[in-house]
Amino acid sequence: MAYSIKVLDHYENPRNVGSFGKEEEGVATGMVGAPACGDVMKLQIKVGKGGVIEDAKFKTYGCGSAIASSSLVTEWVKGKTIDQALEIKNTQIADELALPPVKIHCSILAEDAIKAAVADYKKKHSDPVLA
Amino acid sequence: MEFNADHFSLFELPATFRLDAALLDRRYLEMQSRVHPDRFASAGEAERRLSLQWATRVNEAYQTLRKPLPRARYLLQLAAHELGSENNALMPHDFLVEQMEWREAVGEARVAREHHELEHLHHRLQRDMLERYDEIAILLDDQHDLEQAADRVRRLMFLEKLLSEIDDAIAVSEE
Repeated sequence: MAYSIKVLDHYENPRNVGSFGKEEEGVATGMVGAPACGDVMKLQIKVGKGGVIEDAKFKTYGCGSAIASSSLVTEWVKGKTIDQALEIKNTQIADELALPPVKIHCSILAEDAIKAAVADYKKKHSDPVLA
Repeated sequence: MEFNADHFSLFELPATFRLDAALLDRRYLEMQSRVHPDRFASAGEAERRLSLQWATRVNEAYQTLRKPLPRARYLLQLAAHELGSENNALMPHDFLVEQMEWREAVGEARVAREHHELEHLHHRLQRDMLERYDEIAILLDDQHDLEQAADRVRRLMFLEKLLSEIDDAIAVSEE
């Protein structure tokens, strides 16, 4: 299958690959896996003051479209608050990367990874008084 | 023969995960020879089309039943149990961490062309998968625990993919 230029760019030069140290302040992790294709995706966000995502890293084992989708969202979530990050929709990812219909599930996986990372952050940082 | 029968009935086999593979092969070959389009080469248009439909039907049933993962998925489907394979948030965290580690190990061995390490990973994974298929047999045939069986099936969907990646890497390291 032919990949779009944007997918190839992210695939060949993935942005923000790797992991944060476990003890780093404000780090939350989203781990998701797609049984249908066997892809595994880890997205980490580093959240600073005011709930703003300062940095993000990913590690994905899957096809080029899955790698490109997660690489792209690490760029997109930076500078956004965690609630703004939740507004990123898989259709935006799929449009940006010009994913063909059979690869839409890769963009859904990336959206789910954001949701999982934010949920992890909220779980770790929920205020016991407000909760 | 009933065209819309389920795959097991088609081959006159019990609808269980544990399966007599030799018997399945024999029944498949018998049926294939009965419906093969070559036998209807001189028959009329309608009969030829029917034989082609039957041959396709028999092939599909055989391909579904002969391998354990599609067979388990099919049994869940017959029981109308939702597998949830489109749900990306279903897998336990520990399992995904383990999958990451496996894939890292495979990736490193692939890059370094460590043939022996890849063979080792292949055997380790295969042993693990055989145990899990034994577990699925107990869950589906003996305990009828569809929930747990579906969980094992989802895990095996990852493991089958991993195994084929290891085998690809082995093929490359042999080039």
